Amino acid sequence: MPIRAVQPNVRVVTLNIDGQDLSAREDETIIEVCRENKIPVPSLCWLEGLSVVGACRLCVVEVDGGPRLQAACSTRVREGMRVQTNTDKLQRYRRTLVELLFAERNHVCSVCVSNGHCELQWLAQRCGVDHVRMPYRNASYSVDSSHEMFRVDHNRCVLCTRCVRVCDEIEGAHTWDMMGRGSGCQVVTDLAKPWGDSESCTSCGKCVQVCPTGALVKQGTSVGEMVKDQQFLSILARRRSHR
Amino acid sequence: MWPRTEAAAPTPTRPPPADTFNHATIGPRTMSRTISIEPVTRIEGHARITLQLADTGEVEDAKFHLTQFRGFEKFCEGRPYREMPALTARTCGICPVSHLLASNKACDDLLAVTIPPTAEKLRRIMNLAQLLQSHALSFFHLSSPDLLLGWDSDPKDRNIFGVMRAEPELAKSGIRLRQIGQTIIESLGGKKIHPTWVVPGGVNEPLTVAKRDAMLAMLPEALTIAKDTYAFYKTLVPKFLDEASHFGTMKTMFLSLVSPDGHLEHYDGYLRLKDATGRILEDKVPPRDYTRIIGEAVEDFSYMKFPYYKPLGYPKGIYRVGPLARLNNADACGTPYADVALAEFHTLQEDAGPIASSFHYHYARLVEIIYAIESMQRLLKDPEILDTRVRARARGNKSEGIGVSEAPRGTLMHHYKIDDEGLITWVDLIIATGHNNLAMNRSIKQVADAYVDGTDVKEGMLNRVEAVIRCYDPCLSCASHAFGQMPMVIDIRNAAGDVVRRIARG
Repeated sequence: MPIRAVQPNVRVVTLNIDGQDLSAREDETIIEVCRENKIPVPSLCWLEGLSVVGACRLCVVEVDGGPRLQAACSTRVREGMRVQTNTDKLQRYRRTLVELLFAERNHVCSVCVSNGHCELQWLAQRCGVDHVRMPYRNASYSVDSSHEMFRVDHNRCVLCTRCVRVCDEIEGAHTWDMMGRGSGCQVVTDLAKPWGDSESCTSCGKCVQVCPTGALVKQGTSVGEMVKDQQFLSILARRRSHR
Repeated sequence: MWPRTEAAAPTPTRPPPADTFNHATIGPRTMSRTISIEPVTRIEGHARITLQLADTGEVEDAKFHLTQFRGFEKFCEGRPYREMPALTARTCGICPVSHLLASNKACDDLLAVTIPPTAEKLRRIMNLAQLLQSHALSFFHLSSPDLLLGWDSDPKDRNIFGVMRAEPELAKSGIRLRQIGQTIIESLGGKKIHPTWVVPGGVNEPLTVAKRDAMLAMLPEALTIAKDTYAFYKTLVPKFLDEASHFGTMKTMFLSLVSPDGHLEHYDGYLRLKDATGRILEDKVPPRDYTRIIGEAVEDFSYMKFPYYKPLGYPKGIYRVGPLARLNNADACGTPYADVALAEFHTLQEDAGPIASSFHYHYARLVEIIYAIESMQRLLKDPEILDTRVRARARGNKSEGIGVSEAPRGTLMHHYKIDDEGLITWVDLIIATGHNNLAMNRSIKQVADAYVDGTDVKEGMLNRVEAVIRCYDPCLSCASHAFGQMPMVIDIRNAAGDVVRRIARG
């Protein structure tokens, strides 16, 4: 489980991020320290309150000047560590990663219910994606609108697995999981049943709120109307950790 | 303005061009001449006109082609119906509001709700603002260069910039009028182009007092400009008697929406179809019954469909839509200045029937601009316009929805079918420019017969062929739901079918 109880005997380490000398608990990851100190590091699959998968690689940073880039979400801090979060190389890599996400499926912002409230869109803006340099795949993915309250549009899914993790780790229903490989990989409900037929789904809507794009949305929303609650998970996680 | 380049001759064996116009190149005066002009301007979208010449040099046939394909009706399949307003609005950047409204009306039909009256009024205002800006664009930016500077004037100056030099006040007024229309759309919807404020069930935000007052403050200026322009245009009309008798002057039916009491209508109401003599053939037809009266034919020379009046069959069931048809069909406008203008409109021809010349689309547009401004004033002064109940909420309750409204260019129909989960299974869009397809084809033939001499083709002659198309203010990307950068091309072919001259811009 991702929620750590506060341990009184945890050590404190000192490290340097982008020229700033900082201190952190040794059980923290680089991205957590960056967030605490308002150092902007983009991320997509990482979400405070959920376990770490290190899948999207958008939070890659340079550590101790080494050639191997490391995901800030899955790398713990060390004493004396020197971290660079915003070099030219990192900017280039991040922009390419976001472009690949756009090229892979059909993220047409202008007709999306999440237009203007989408983490992928914000990331593209932050990473300077004014156009996509690789050809779009234009592959067709299905839309499952069978659920009474929610809808999943696989065209807009970035496979961050936030829905899978929140359903398992927070709600405890484990309705969502992954199926297939490569470009055929997609999130599924109850062994690939239509969502509306799922017996395990409690219709709590947490998956919809954590989804960074317009892949999981509420029924009845029109273009640009799907605004997601960015805060509920960290509040929920904090409350639960005190029990 | 646009870069002008010389198009390649269709066959490499043809001799090089000999004569040169200022923006056209003409080959030697033989039947196998190839002449190219680039680019074609002042229409919305891209098309090709083919003039088929007989051996004598006379125009034998004229066709208006849309050579592009976009496939909106196909790729919308499988999408949630609530995306349709935004999806179909992307058909066009000039009149997205029209698609937005027709699409949302089709979605209202799917929800099976009656939207709150304030939402309907707000939607009407947006539609009228759209009408205002689109008509201003058509009249001032696209057509006024022909009317003010002359059909045969230098093409380098025959554009809005030429108008700015010749008639700076008029050009300024036109730009201001369009700006007012666009600003009202932005005030209501948050964006000038592709606003998302109109949603299935109504609109997603009520009107504030500040916005209403700001809109109302702009309208007196707009009305002054509209009335002045109308008065000025009336003085121009007698100069174009020849054009008025050859620019698509034909006996066709007219289709439009009218209000339940037979008045001019742009948002809702019933379909009315009048014949060329003024006899009402269909009246009080609920928009959802449009399939009873309208059929769609397909021709192999164009991607634009050919709608026709079913009882008369294709192509006898030719009809026109748009400002001319709306004014011909309406018993009255219902606003003071527009009603006076409507009465004057009916004096444009001697007999009492509907106005037959497509040249008078321009006149009709100016009458509608006055009507739009007066109607917006009336709606904005209604205290109910500030009501906060502006949205009916429901889910897809019906499997089929039809939305019909009047776009600036004519009657616009959106027809959707959805499955039990609310995903689109079938789409049919009948676009205003599509309705006029048959009429446009006939009009270019008429103009070509009257003005084009195949033995000595002059630029001004061909400009008239283009100008008759501009009367209809076609939106070709809407009509084909088309994509790509296919330019408008005019091909003149000799009796053997070879292209003797091509004018291409775009």
